[in-house]
Amino acid sequence: MSTLFAILFYVAFATLVAGLGFKIAQYARTPAPLKIPTTPAPLTQSGAAFRVAREVVVFESLFKSNKPLWIFAILFHFGLFVVLARHLRYFQEPVWFPVALIQPLGVWGGLAMVGGLLLLTLRRMLLTRIAYITAPGDYIMLGLLIAIGASGMMMTTLTHTDVVAVKAFFLGLMRFDIRALPADPVLYAHLAMVALLMIVFPFSKLLHAPGIFFSPTRNQSDDPREKRHLCDWAAKLEAERN
Amino acid sequence: MADIQIPVLGDPDQREIPSLIPGAMAGSKPYVAQPPHQEPLGFPGELVPDWQEKALGRMGDLLSKYRSLQVYMDICVKCGACTDKCHYFLGTGDPKNMPVARQDLFRSVYRRYFTPAGKMLGAVGLGGLIGAKEFTKDLLDEWFNYFHQCSQCRRCSVFCPYGIDTAEVSMAAREIMDSIGYGQKYCNEIIGKVHKIGNNLGLPGPALIDNLEGLEEDMKDETGQDVRFPIDEEGAEVLLVTPSADFFAEPHVLGLIGYAKVFHGAGISWTLSTKATEAGNFGMFIGNYEQMRKIAMRIREAAIELKVKRIVFGECGHAWRVAYSFLTTLVGPWDFLDPRYPVPQHILEVTNGLIKKGGIKLDKSGNDKMVLTVHDSCNVARASRMGDFPGGQFVIPREVIKSCVPKFVDMHPDTTHEKTFCCGGGGGLLTDELMDIRVKGAKPRMEALKDVVDNQGVTHMASMCAICKAQFTKVLPYYGYDREMVVSVHQLVSNAIILGNND
Ligand code: HEM
Ligand code: HEM
Ligand code: SF4
Ligand code: SF4
Repeated sequence: MSTLFAILFYVAFATLVAGLGFKIAQYARTPAPLKIPTTPAPLTQSGAAFRVAREVVVFESLFKSNKPLWIFAILFHFGLFVVLARHLRYFQEPVWFPVALIQPLGVWGGLAMVGGLLLLTLRRMLLTRIAYITAPGDYIMLGLLIAIGASGMMMTTLTHTDVVAVKAFFLGLMRFDIRALPADPVLYAHLAMVALLMIVFPFSKLLHAPGIFFSPTRNQSDDPREKRHLCDWAAKLEAERN
Repeated sequence: MADIQIPVLGDPDQREIPSLIPGAMAGSKPYVAQPPHQEPLGFPGELVPDWQEKALGRMGDLLSKYRSLQVYMDICVKCGACTDKCHYFLGTGDPKNMPVARQDLFRSVYRRYFTPAGKMLGAVGLGGLIGAKEFTKDLLDEWFNYFHQCSQCRRCSVFCPYGIDTAEVSMAAREIMDSIGYGQKYCNEIIGKVHKIGNNLGLPGPALIDNLEGLEEDMKDETGQDVRFPIDEEGAEVLLVTPSADFFAEPHVLGLIGYAKVFHGAGISWTLSTKATEAGNFGMFIGNYEQMRKIAMRIREAAIELKVKRIVFGECGHAWRVAYSFLTTLVGPWDFLDPRYPVPQHILEVTNGLIKKGGIKLDKSGNDKMVLTVHDSCNVARASRMGDFPGGQFVIPREVIKSCVPKFVDMHPDTTHEKTFCCGGGGGLLTDELMDIRVKGAKPRMEALKDVVDNQGVTHMASMCAICKAQFTKVLPYYGYDREMVVSVHQLVSNAIILGNND
């Protein structure tokens, strides 16, 4: 079983890195031929970077748009953030001080995450407008995250797994040394689903995480009269036509 | 036309969201372009037999050329934050007019043919799991209908947590449809007129010159002054580029008179050009970079030929987007113009600057008894700027209006500034066969207008866009208002300006 999970995680990790790498390279490579920031927009590039940072950290536009959804989204994403940060302890020795510091937040992070996800799911089912735009895949994604969260919470609060062994297994993986993984069905389920999440990440709407940094309506500065903005293909077209 | 169901107006404060009426606007579509409209632009005359393959090819091409499209196709999480933001949805209840559902018409094809998951699941008939769809003729017809029920106003983009701009998607969709011979008559016929005759309305040079001479005579009678409407005058300081509707439609022409009086009052020499008798650029509506560039090029050529020092644009929303945001990219740089002025400038920037400096004098009694509100045009509000600070596009028009009228009132804050609603006729929808969607799409704006009319005694609504003006003059009567309720901003300036005794 340990070997099976070792292989699974190597495959999942490779897929995640290669897939995301490809997508990010594609976004970076694709030109934005015209200045299209949604105005009023910051006049400088650093101002635009700050605008993107606000979108990423506090979901600024979502706040403008829908307060209940904003609360659900913040609950889920901040919970997720705390949970993931807390998980870093499985992959480092010694553990960073901030990671050690947030360890007591475990249950709260997990609760916020799963609670947020449940609220998002309910909303998706109950509001006819949202149900209309939902494909089965959207529920599957929510279900997957809820199941990961629930299995994790179960380990934290009820079944308790041998986290020292889990850590040894993952530290070993990072040195290509396969150690024994505790034989715990809840842990197996948790890890199998996490691997699945890693594999689907670069092929799904989860691309919103890297994608938001490349959104031209948010990351462009408003200076089209001051600086000529010309992409390669437009320059080529210009050279051909003149 | 009589069978249009006029929406009932509510209270803008309630932000009422309609319940879904699937298929409500499924029958609304513009006329398909015929070969004489398509071919002059280099598009196939009619739907090509291998349209699916061609369309997918063009889609791949656009995905590699426009980061916006590529990123937006991938990252929508279906959160639904945009679903209640589109005026066409609010006016019709048709779920396909929710921005995300409109995008999904495109995204379902993208998923099926351009993503690994969609190719795999689609091949075994399970594309529906992730919203991937076969590109059938029925779907193409839906594209034609619903991508012509989007005025590319970008209101959805303001509210989307990632800034996903449905306008970018509908531009791409229209570009793809043009490339397979399935274009929209209204836009393509107009672009043809620009290339052949010089402007959207197909107004030939001599008729225009005649018209301008008439205006000069009228001015002489009215004001006793030699307010001029110069055209093709080499060596003028300013080249004025303005939408062709300004040459004769009401209330547009009253705005043109305003520009002329401002230049006259301030002693700035200016000229129109028979080469650039149109500020509008429908190349943007059809998402075609080359057409947009070709149309913009006339302005550069006119400026060089007439040896002007500055370029100033008249009141028009989408024209100002192309001018402010794209002109320098498309046909810059402007090293032959006076570097002390931004290129191009908006007439409202010019007028506001003059008011501030005392270069023109105004008397509010010229607009006696009028209570004004202003309609922020979507392309001015969300796709461009005026002045040298973010949000100048809201401040400058208001400052100009306030200095011309006795009383000014803003409409509900959910319907102004960056949250402004489209007039309902933008983005290439200003055509009679789309009257139904135009009337319904105007609902949120009419609601906010009714609110200030009923509660604050507003008598007129100022607009700074040729399309908004044309749309409102048509649509206001459906809601029981006088068509003359909509006025040009420079019409107010024209009424208030004091000529003659300035010095
Ligand atoms: C840069 C980091 C990220 C940002 C700025 C971000 C932002 C957002 C926003 C604004 C939404 C829409 C509101 C909502 O429905 O909750 C959203 C939805 C979502 N996010 Fe993220 N996110 C990030 C990272 C992640 C990650 C790492 C995951 C998962 C592992 C994730 C999973 C989701 C899911 C599943 C939804 C859809 C929820 C639904 O179905 O209603 N996000 N995200
Ligand atoms: C290889 C990666 C991962 C490993 C090895 C792992 C392992 C674990 C373990 C051993 C626990 C139990 C902690 C305890 O008993 O104190 C746990 C809890 C949890 N896991 Fe994971 N997990 C991984 C990835 C993830 C991911 C990607 C998510 C979320 C999408 C997640 C969500 C949770 C949650 C919500 C809890 C409960 C709250 C907490 O203890 O922080 N896990 N995980
Ligand atoms: S751009 Fe405007 S018209 Fe088009 S979907 Fe968005 S809100 Fe609606
Ligand atoms: S607001 Fe943006 S991410 Fe949310 S459904 Fe609409 S387009 Fe998609």
